[in-house]
Amino acid sequence: MIAELGLAALWMAAALALLQLLLVGFGLVQKRDGLLAGVRPVAVAQAGLCALSFVALIALFLRTDMSVLLVATNSHSAKPWLYKFAGTWGNHEGSMLLWVTVMGVAGAGVALLERALRRDTHMATLGAQAAISLGFYAFLLFSSNPFERLNPAPRDGQGLNPLLQDPGLAFHPPTLYFGYVGLSVAFSFAVGALMTRTVDAAFARAMRPWVLGAWVLLTLGITAGSYWAYYELGWGGWWFWDPVENASLMPWLAATALLHSVTVLATRDALRAWTVMLAVVAFSMSMVGTFLVRSGILTSVHAFAVDPQRGSFILALLALYIGGALALFGARVGTVREGKQFEAMSRETLLVVNNLLLTVILGVVLIGTLYPLMTEAFGHKVSVGPPYFNRIAGPIALVLMLAMIIGPLTRWRRDSAGVVAGRLLWPVLVMLSLVALLAVLFWGKISALPFLGLVVAGGVALGSLMPLAKRNLRRTPLFTYGMVLAHLGCAVSLAGMAADSAFTTEKLIAMKPGDRVETAGWTIAFDRVMPIAGDNWTAMQADMTASRGAAPVALHPQNRFFSEPPTATTEAALLTRWNGQLYVVLGDALDDGRWQMRIWWKPFVTLIWYGGFMIALGGTLALVGRERRGWMLKLRKLHAREFAGEFE
Amino acid sequence: MKGKLILWLPFAVFAAFAALFASGLLQPDDRVIASKMVGQPLPAFALPQAASDRPPLASSEFAKGKPRLLNIFASWCVPCAAESPQLMALSNAGIPIDGIAIRDARADVDDFLLRYGNPYSHIGLDAQSSVQIALGSSGVPETFLIDGQGKILHQHIGDIRDDDVPGLIDMWKKAQ
Repeated sequence: MIAELGLAALWMAAALALLQLLLVGFGLVQKRDGLLAGVRPVAVAQAGLCALSFVALIALFLRTDMSVLLVATNSHSAKPWLYKFAGTWGNHEGSMLLWVTVMGVAGAGVALLERALRRDTHMATLGAQAAISLGFYAFLLFSSNPFERLNPAPRDGQGLNPLLQDPGLAFHPPTLYFGYVGLSVAFSFAVGALMTRTVDAAFARAMRPWVLGAWVLLTLGITAGSYWAYYELGWGGWWFWDPVENASLMPWLAATALLHSVTVLATRDALRAWTVMLAVVAFSMSMVGTFLVRSGILTSVHAFAVDPQRGSFILALLALYIGGALALFGARVGTVREGKQFEAMSRETLLVVNNLLLTVILGVVLIGTLYPLMTEAFGHKVSVGPPYFNRIAGPIALVLMLAMIIGPLTRWRRDSAGVVAGRLLWPVLVMLSLVALLAVLFWGKISALPFLGLVVAGGVALGSLMPLAKRNLRRTPLFTYGMVLAHLGCAVSLAGMAADSAFTTEKLIAMKPGDRVETAGWTIAFDRVMPIAGDNWTAMQADMTASRGAAPVALHPQNRFFSEPPTATTEAALLTRWNGQLYVVLGDALDDGRWQMRIWWKPFVTLIWYGGFMIALGGTLALVGRERRGWMLKLRKLHAREFAGEFE
Repeated sequence: MKGKLILWLPFAVFAAFAALFASGLLQPDDRVIASKMVGQPLPAFALPQAASDRPPLASSEFAKGKPRLLNIFASWCVPCAAESPQLMALSNAGIPIDGIAIRDARADVDDFLLRYGNPYSHIGLDAQSSVQIALGSSGVPETFLIDGQGKILHQHIGDIRDDDVPGLIDMWKKAQ
């Protein structure tokens, strides 16, 4: 009954999305306000029905209703409830339903909250949003119905991929999806503005909170995903340049560029066509990412169920939306008036540099990700590994970080090169002294990229704080603090990445119980291996102690075996200290009673994720600051009007 | 006009990528990793006994003039249970079959054979998958056809289905 209710709600939501699109279409073309007045309530009702459908699916998973195919293939009655809950979107159909639900709710948000845009632009935006939703509804209903029944019902389900049985899963994919959907809203704004020829500062201000919000969520999602891969896969790495990781990185790169160009458009009314282009590119990247992940045309460590039919469907949607938007761009952007001009030495120029560099990195990642596909079309099989990405994208990213020091210290519109150079004195001195210090201490021991990374991180760390210098800190707007924090987060993260690749020590040994090993100042004792049992798994767990001067700490790396479905995973033991992490993995047992062990000491590796969270927090501050300022200005205007009224 | 055309450049780039994706979708899926060992002599091995009522397996069993099937299986593997009727059919057709049980325990193998039938003449226990790796096999179940001189002629990846049986019998007959 719940399944049928969910399916019915989904069909009705799809019908309302169609209605929303038609109302906007006829309302705008025939200029009938009566039709347009219906758009808002329809958008809200669509969101409500879609959310109802998603809640129905959650209920089916929580009850482990084995008569539903999706539940039977992805859940199991022995699973802890959190993973039953998270299992709702730990599969293709459920995650797509989550996607349209978030999209519907975001559409309702645009319908209700947006007041500053011209009415026709607002309506065209909602029309574009309905068109995107409609495609995904069709995708769900025709090729991936989450509510399909299974007759006869099996005794129990097949379980969830054990790699995904982790608290991280409960939050990582939804965070990314929310980010993707935020970008779809930005895309709809861009299409709406192109259709009504209103690409201007007001459009940029309406779009900015969505871009900022999406960017914050993408940052969080990528940071969390990176940490999940780090401790769950047991390979000691934090980024693998895997197609699925790249699929989340590419929209982030585009969103970062968009975030900066939309600020130029909102503040200075420049970069009009470019901002629209980026909004289209950012959403394309999230669709391309979804396509790559779901179609299985690239091989990845992420084991998603793949299906060429679904791939074709997403490709068709991609062609329709992105192709359509780019055709609209080609036809319309020529009529967008050129924005304001700016001098060569100005913050606008630095932001253009930022945009160009980010776009180049995006291109590098995109080509690296798709290169196997391109060569396969010509009959060769290759794979592109981390060295390509690190060597090409790494140096460009470092140049980008240097621009990050200069940009915030440069004035809008025009500035003098000499004065800017003067402001850069301290960051440059810091970097020069870091070069000297690192050269004396580690020359020949660390390679060029991590070396430069540490140097640039020092410069950015200081440079990012300098916009606060000589300012009244209490009167500095919140969004300036947001920018400072986000840029500082980049420096922190970069320092973590560079320190990890420069100073990590790795030890691969076979140990028998009773053995001791010394590495990077730690003494690690291997006491014994004991079997233990969890909710739906059993494991071999090693009892180890690690000590470095102070009292020893217990470590318990595990080799887990899940019964439903039968799979083995490694649970690394992590010991976090302020200056790094000890990472111990228990490998296989050897015939002679010894066990394979991999032990890493990773200095300052945690900075990578702290930096990521700082970036996201900075974005949140900027979002709150901008929105609060908008409300304050509105209130002040209102007061001013009442005030004027008294004197009339 | 020139200025207008360049605005369509993003569209053209996108169209090229879409065409690439479409060609990628049309490519047949190749998740099957064929062993480089096909055509090569069987690597030398000697495995301990895996089941109580069958002798252990060594590579010396193979180069004795008669072609044999070598089935890689495990008691914990569901497709292995699914292919057991087909293995029985091959065995009933007079084809000698040997088994290698991967990462298994004798009690479990005994139980598995009791439940699904026992087509094997020898079964070796490969506790660390080392022989499996030497054979270039990437999973269970897989079945190799070894000729009378101990050369690997054919690798069947995945479970043997009903309609695979005649083909395998033909191949075995040709190898004689």
